[in-house]
Amino acid sequence: MKDSNFRLDVFKKASLCRNFEEEVIKYLNNKTIKIPVYVSAGQEFISSTISVLSKKKRLKPLLFGQHRCHSIYLSFGGNIKKLIDELLGLKSGCTKGMGGSASIHSKEINMFGHDGLMGSNGPIGVGACFATKKPTIVFLGDAAAEEDYVLGAMGWASQKKLPILFVIEDNNLSILTEKKVRRNWEMADVAKSFKMNAYTINDDPLSIKKISKNFFKKPVLININTNRIYWHAGAGKDSNDTFDRYDYEKKKLGIKAFKIHEDIKKQIKKLWLRQLEIR
Amino acid sequence: MAKTVRDTIKEITYKHLKNKKSLILGQCLSAVGWVGGTIPELREKDGITELSMADVANGGIVVGAGLSKRRPIYVIRYQGFNWFNAPIILNYACKSKEIWNVPCPIFIRGIAMEGSIGPVAGSSHHSIYYRMPGIKIISPMTPKEYVLSYKNFMADNDVYYISEHRGSYNNKLELKDYLSKDLDLIIFCISITRFEAKKVREKLLQKGIKIGIANILWIKPFKIKKKWIESLKKSKFGGIILDDDYVRGVASDMAYKLMKISKKKIDVMGLKDRSAGFSKKSDNLPPQSDEIIKTILKKMKLNK
Ligand SMILES: Cc1ncc(C[n+]2csc(CCOP(=O)(O)OP(=O)(O)O)c2C)c(N)n1
Repeated sequence: MKDSNFRLDVFKKASLCRNFEEEVIKYLNNKTIKIPVYVSAGQEFISSTISVLSKKKRLKPLLFGQHRCHSIYLSFGGNIKKLIDELLGLKSGCTKGMGGSASIHSKEINMFGHDGLMGSNGPIGVGACFATKKPTIVFLGDAAAEEDYVLGAMGWASQKKLPILFVIEDNNLSILTEKKVRRNWEMADVAKSFKMNAYTINDDPLSIKKISKNFFKKPVLININTNRIYWHAGAGKDSNDTFDRYDYEKKKLGIKAFKIHEDIKKQIKKLWLRQLEIR
Repeated sequence: MAKTVRDTIKEITYKHLKNKKSLILGQCLSAVGWVGGTIPELREKDGITELSMADVANGGIVVGAGLSKRRPIYVIRYQGFNWFNAPIILNYACKSKEIWNVPCPIFIRGIAMEGSIGPVAGSSHHSIYYRMPGIKIISPMTPKEYVLSYKNFMADNDVYYISEHRGSYNNKLELKDYLSKDLDLIIFCISITRFEAKKVREKLLQKGIKIGIANILWIKPFKIKKKWIESLKKSKFGGIILDDDYVRGVASDMAYKLMKISKKKIDVMGLKDRSAGFSKKSDNLPPQSDEIIKTILKKMKLNK
């Protein structure tokens, strides 16, 4: 696939995620959504790119995310209406209204819900991959990755040469505590010392594509530097000058991307209104 | 002006760090509202110690700090995280004095809160600690009780688990027992349920039903006051224990002890035996006043 087509495919997914989150922000602000919500805006290129790459490889990996997981669900084809219902606390939601934003579960797309204990998806994902030998992705924040049991599980996954991909969505923050306050080491170095293929890159789709050759062939860790646009939970912003990959790609890809953005925005708005009407 | 529980904790912590040159350890202590405003805005050089996200190891790091006799404070932002934080504390710090004669005093602040926060973060989990040796557990809900908890810790060399609740942080009032020898029933209440018990007492009094209140501060050792038993023995319908933890733990064990001493029937109410979700509908809240009243009225009817 040509790089420009690839980027547009990724942008489509990212646009779905971003427009979805913008609606979430709106409905959080007007208190239609009343539960704690963790939006992925700013970080959506990670799951969007990996989902396009997985599709290209004709794989439907097992997905183990944590609390910030809307974009994983949406990128990998989760039903949008069911996610809206979930955020509204309805029984028709993808997790029967019980999971809310932080614990999205979907059998259809092989996505497993998270329990809220940061990093638990590390060992659980490794176990699932070991038992099924299915391609598996464990998505972790830069903080969750520090959990002891994550590191232990990672080492074991390497020993067993599992077809697993550890994706560290590194937004540099644990709620508001910066990485440099918490540690002086990098996840990719740890993974390398576990004899895994490991990379530190940014969330540019082409950078991710470039290193994707060994995905699901052996254990791989990618630490992807990214930015969280909104607060840890909720609708506020910590800063107005955070680099926004979405805007950057939109500009770079030009008119086609603008059109994709506008079309998807309209669709998502309509979907939200419809779900709110029939609830 | 009376102080809130929040200010009391903050002041105690400030003095503990400044005067005793101690440490306070935990995750995200300084960045997000200073743990509900309970931590003084000091720096690392003053003892504010940001830990990484390694919850199990963090518990161990705190145990090591405890061995230094600096009497560290450890903040566990949601009590449910104890499933990861507690193992090294319970199996090393709490046993160290007995096995090696090396005390390891740590002041653990486990914080409870509930409402749409999912299956692991919410509520109190003091029962995890309760069944293990070498620990003292207190659940202060008032400023004076908090001071007392801290003073006991400082005069002692055991591990203390302080079962806090965010719902008490604004509280300035002391909560007193209501006991006499002509009561219909006595509520024994723990943590945040103590505020609910007060409401129940007032509502039922309007119906002519006399409810006593026994505030449980000391969970372990479970300090049973003589007056509680005297009133319980004379009560018409026995008692009920309210907890903010699952009932198959502290609450059931307390009920057993109280029943044994008083020969009166004691019921228990706490979290239901199911997981909480992230929405209001799927919450698993501690017993609320209406629910408690219903249970009490049913109990009275059955035992008439
Ligand atoms: C075992 C455990 N410890 C602590 C927490 C509290 N907590 C929830 S989210 C979070 C920060 C997570 O940061 P990161 O993993 O980098 O993900 P991000 O929010 O940045 O996406 C913390 C400390 C928790 N939920 N579980």
